[in-house]
Amino acid sequence: MSIRVIKTLKRLAAIVLFAPALALSAGAELHLDKAPVSSDPAALQNGAKVFVNYCLNCHSASFARYNTLQQIGLDEQQIRDNLMFTGERVGDLMKIAMRPAESKVWFGVTPPDLTLIARQRASEFGSGADWLYTYLRQFYRDPARPTGWNNVVFGNVGMPHALWELQGQQVAKVTEHEDGTKSVALELATPGRMSVEEYDKTVADLVSFLVWMGEPMADKRKTIGMYVLIFLAGLFVLSYALKKNYWKDIH
Amino acid sequence: MTTKSQELMHWIDARFPLTSTWKAHLSEYYAPKNFNFWYFFGSLALLVLVIQIVTGIFLVMHYKPDASVNASGIPVAFASVEYIMREVPGGWLIRYLHSTGASAFFVVVYLHMFRGLLYGSYRKPRELIWVFGTLIFLALMAEAFMGYLLPWGQMSFWGAQVIVNLFSAIPVIGPDLSLVIRGDYVVSDATLNRFFSFHVIAVPLVLIGLVLAHIVALHEVGSNNPDGVEIKKKKDASGIPLDGIPFHPYYTVKDIMGVVGFLIVFSAILFFAPEGGGYFLEYNNFIPADPLKTPPHIAPVWYFTPFYSILRAVTYPLFGVDAKFWGVVAMGASVVIIAFLPWLDRSPVKSIRYKGGLFKAILAVFLVAFFILGYLGVLPPTPGRTLVAQICSVLYFAFFLLMPWYSKLDKCKPEPERVTFK
Repeated sequence: MSIRVIKTLKRLAAIVLFAPALALSAGAELHLDKAPVSSDPAALQNGAKVFVNYCLNCHSASFARYNTLQQIGLDEQQIRDNLMFTGERVGDLMKIAMRPAESKVWFGVTPPDLTLIARQRASEFGSGADWLYTYLRQFYRDPARPTGWNNVVFGNVGMPHALWELQGQQVAKVTEHEDGTKSVALELATPGRMSVEEYDKTVADLVSFLVWMGEPMADKRKTIGMYVLIFLAGLFVLSYALKKNYWKDIH
Repeated sequence: MTTKSQELMHWIDARFPLTSTWKAHLSEYYAPKNFNFWYFFGSLALLVLVIQIVTGIFLVMHYKPDASVNASGIPVAFASVEYIMREVPGGWLIRYLHSTGASAFFVVVYLHMFRGLLYGSYRKPRELIWVFGTLIFLALMAEAFMGYLLPWGQMSFWGAQVIVNLFSAIPVIGPDLSLVIRGDYVVSDATLNRFFSFHVIAVPLVLIGLVLAHIVALHEVGSNNPDGVEIKKKKDASGIPLDGIPFHPYYTVKDIMGVVGFLIVFSAILFFAPEGGGYFLEYNNFIPADPLKTPPHIAPVWYFTPFYSILRAVTYPLFGVDAKFWGVVAMGASVVIIAFLPWLDRSPVKSIRYKGGLFKAILAVFLVAFFILGYLGVLPPTPGRTLVAQICSVLYFAFFLLMPWYSKLDKCKPEPERVTFK
């Protein structure tokens, strides 16, 4: 009797094991391009320049200080000369003059603080960097929107295309498939100041900078982590030898 | 001739039971010599508790439980966590230790509990150890839940909102009860402050008291072992169990090895993947709490998900009371039922080593059901998923409720007289 019971239970276990595969229906998919995130100082510095010029007017980075940019290879004078325009001190946080309550009235939504944006945008579809890299390259002209811009990744986004002079203007070609789903293909209607490759590189630098700013201590964390693991590996050998020695008489 | 240090010990022992306590709990506490890998997790749970308390003390020095918004439009509590991460020297390390420690605590405790399940550690005379242990698990869940609100991110806020709202489903007292828990009609500054108070003092005190009771009860009756036989039944002439060895130095040196092994895994996550793939620190929680913007999908942290799935699996109203209430009852029952294991298990043997195929098969089904419940808990519900969760919830409870019968039916092997070693 018990063998039959066990067989039934095993069958039940198999059903239970494979049931989630059936239960998992595909939700809204998000196709993101892999961001070529770099930790090269030149790329990060270029990213910082783009960030300060194009983002840090409506968006704040209120957890980051200007002088932490020394970590990406700039000295204080370079930061002052190239990245600070409104009379802040180099130890100040990267705040903006626009008040959140006012920007909410003007834009319908307060432009989010960007310090942690690369960490916020991570999802099961890709890293935060992937999201940003795709998002910033997929704006297109949409006369139905108040700003005249829409985005493939972030439908009906409140932000206009801040980098449009660089990228140019894209238009969307929507194709409807037989199963009712739609896919959007973007075409460059009016070229910008940059070629497609140059623009992708610029966005990649900006995204690399945003990743760095999300966790400026990430490199230090990994470096310390290596030493910690090497130390612990050595300690493990010692503790194993100690245990072996103490236990040699236990039979 | 007595030396100075011996004199000092006599002086202390005449006033405080130092030597006798040392002997009773360490140098003359006889533990079975055949502990295996599974027996590391008790001492590791204690280690993680210490990590959490010590890092917690340093976090409280800089953290501000304040939901009001600063000049940049960021809640002060959220900003203070980022301040710790960026401005406090070593703050990022302390914070990651604490956040990774929370997940590590549950990993270690789940493994510790599963060890008990494998070797029947809850059986007579260790019922109270098990009951205290279940209470520790409950306190730990409360501690983790309230701690998760403190960073004041989107998941902190909406997770708390969802869970506290559950209490309002209780008939008659529910709405008032949830009001008392929140201190407001929505999760707000009042909620943040009381959760902070509970998280840093009330629950930790309870937790430490329970851990103490857990260990005192253990040392009263002695440890179980992978064979599930009582070492105290076979003693030598001086009354020392034949299969027992003093905890110190044998298990202290062995546990040091376990601690270092654990720290290697812990550090690998801490230094190289502190977000734990979005499971230890949820991505949405890097967005400051916004009471006006509900996230599309609110998922609890991974360690709550099996129980959260059970809660969501209940979709039928009963006796004119909302299904939500019965979900809360089912979730509560799924944790509390663990405490009753000592009286549900009627097997003639304790350890899985001598149990029959029936128990092993049922345990396997239980384990699979538990993992599926955990997995479903992080996903948004669909009708298909809810059905799977319902089947798994029934299996979860069946494991406990049918135990008095199947544990008797099972064809067990005879237990050995002495423990098996190597």
